[in-house]
Amino acid sequence: MSLESVYGQVLNEHNLHPFHKGETEGATLMLEGKNPSCGDDIILQLKVSEDGTIEDGSFAGSGCAISQASVDIMLDLIIGETKERALELVGEFMNMIHGKATEEEIEDLDEAGALKDISHMPARVKCAVLGWHTLEEMLK
Amino acid sequence: MTDNKYRADFPIFEKHPCVYLDSAATAQRPRVVIEAEKEFYETMNANPLRGLYDLSVKATEAYERSREETASFIGAESPDEIIFTRNTTESLNLVAYSYAMNFIKPGDEIVTTVMEHHSNMLPWQAAAEKTGAKLLYLEPDEEGNFSDDEIVTKINDRTALVAVGHVSNVMGCVNPVKKIAERAHRYGAVVVVDGAQSTPHMQVDIKQLGADFFAFSGHKLMGPMGVGVLYGRRDLLEKMPPFLTGGEMIESVTLKKTVYAAIPHKFEAGTVNAAGAFALAAAIRYLKAVGFDEIRQTEDRLVELIFEGFAKSSHIHILGSKDPKMHNGIVSFTMDDVHPHDISSILDADGINIRAGHHCAQPLMEYLKVGSTARASVYLYNDEEDIQKFVEKTLKVRRWLGLES
Ligand SMILES: Cc1ncc(COP(=O)(O)O)c(C=O)c1O
Repeated sequence: MSLESVYGQVLNEHNLHPFHKGETEGATLMLEGKNPSCGDDIILQLKVSEDGTIEDGSFAGSGCAISQASVDIMLDLIIGETKERALELVGEFMNMIHGKATEEEIEDLDEAGALKDISHMPARVKCAVLGWHTLEEMLK
Repeated sequence: MTDNKYRADFPIFEKHPCVYLDSAATAQRPRVVIEAEKEFYETMNANPLRGLYDLSVKATEAYERSREETASFIGAESPDEIIFTRNTTESLNLVAYSYAMNFIKPGDEIVTTVMEHHSNMLPWQAAAEKTGAKLLYLEPDEEGNFSDDEIVTKINDRTALVAVGHVSNVMGCVNPVKKIAERAHRYGAVVVVDGAQSTPHMQVDIKQLGADFFAFSGHKLMGPMGVGVLYGRRDLLEKMPPFLTGGEMIESVTLKKTVYAAIPHKFEAGTVNAAGAFALAAAIRYLKAVGFDEIRQTEDRLVELIFEGFAKSSHIHILGSKDPKMHNGIVSFTMDDVHPHDISSILDADGINIRAGHHCAQPLMEYLKVGSTARASVYLYNDEEDIQKFVEKTLKVRRWLGLES
């Protein structure tokens, strides 16, 4: 595995210039996700409409490049989608990080597919899934 | 080619070539240690202390000889004062459970420091809770020094026990154990020293230090995993109840009454790690043959090279003393805008192994106001090439993350 395949443009871009960092006005859901062994810590906020569409979302907190970029990419993907679709993406992402996703699933994950080689870095899996795991807890 | 003449003694560098800079977590083992463990199992394996036949006697003798060598290594008066445990953590817990929880009273004070490894902190939190004693923490300055004022105010006639690390696993600094012990002894307090990070790097003399208990791990000084040591002053060990009970630690047992074995066996319940102790003695002999002066020279030179290399970046900050000679091979650092886990992953891609995280010292991290840190630690088998590779790659980490071009 080459280093570029993880610390590439997509990850760096989302880490350095996160699109969704901050607060969500009128948020309906909020949950803190923690990774005590690393000290990664995020607070995820979502605004979900009555019909179950994720209208907006954001994250706050601090952590490594992988955890930060991963949650920003995730928010890109799920904003505008239904809760069900978001949970489907979470399932695909978890499969990918555990090295079990199909080509189609990885394709479906779009930019998040850039994180697929983290499946070869066992120590960093927890960082990559922190945001996704928090999202799943929130929506379930 | 390496200029380090000891490196060839370590099979790992042949079988898994890497830049190993995590010796503070566990050291690599020289061939003589690996061979010793093998020799025990091939030539003297039997359950020691139990059998009456020749092989078991041989195993027992090997085990007890290792105890003697360990005693003389740290300057204990008698091998009876050396208890083999699994590691430093178990040694410190033994003191907390068998000594502190039985002899400390409500209203007494236990003093430790914010710099401690969790292994030398959690047992005292438990002991304080159980006995109703109050737990106080000595606070160091930024470079890891304790002021006299701090020592004098917090150690006083209420103090029953003081637990202090000899060398910090984060900052690498040597703590003023002798001064702290003198103060503690003036009030009759017992002094417990965590020697996990000092024993691999310096000649320890427990009498000179003033330690009533002294704990260390075999694996950090090139011995095998799974064998640790607790030194305890004879009179203290004799009055303490056993930590664990069962086989091998009794004089006689009836259904009504048990008479415990004498020290040290009172504290070694169950089948012991005799092969581990035998190999630990081999590690001690290896350490002595190399010599602590030689080890210190190598470490100081390599740490100085890291300091020089890191000075090229204004974004890297080393924790603790600004003097490379005060680090005992340990360099913890932070990098602006970069999480330590990203540093270690980026280095790992080139086979450079360092530690990242809170190093089991979360209270210290909070005290120093750093979330977590990266840590490189060197030992006698590292060479300049290791450091060159490490420094070069570390200086490029911010570029890898797109923070610099
Ligand atoms: C200062 C200090 N104390 C205690 C320990 C615990 O040692 P062990 O894990 O061998 O019990 C360590 C090792 O990480 C240490 O560095």
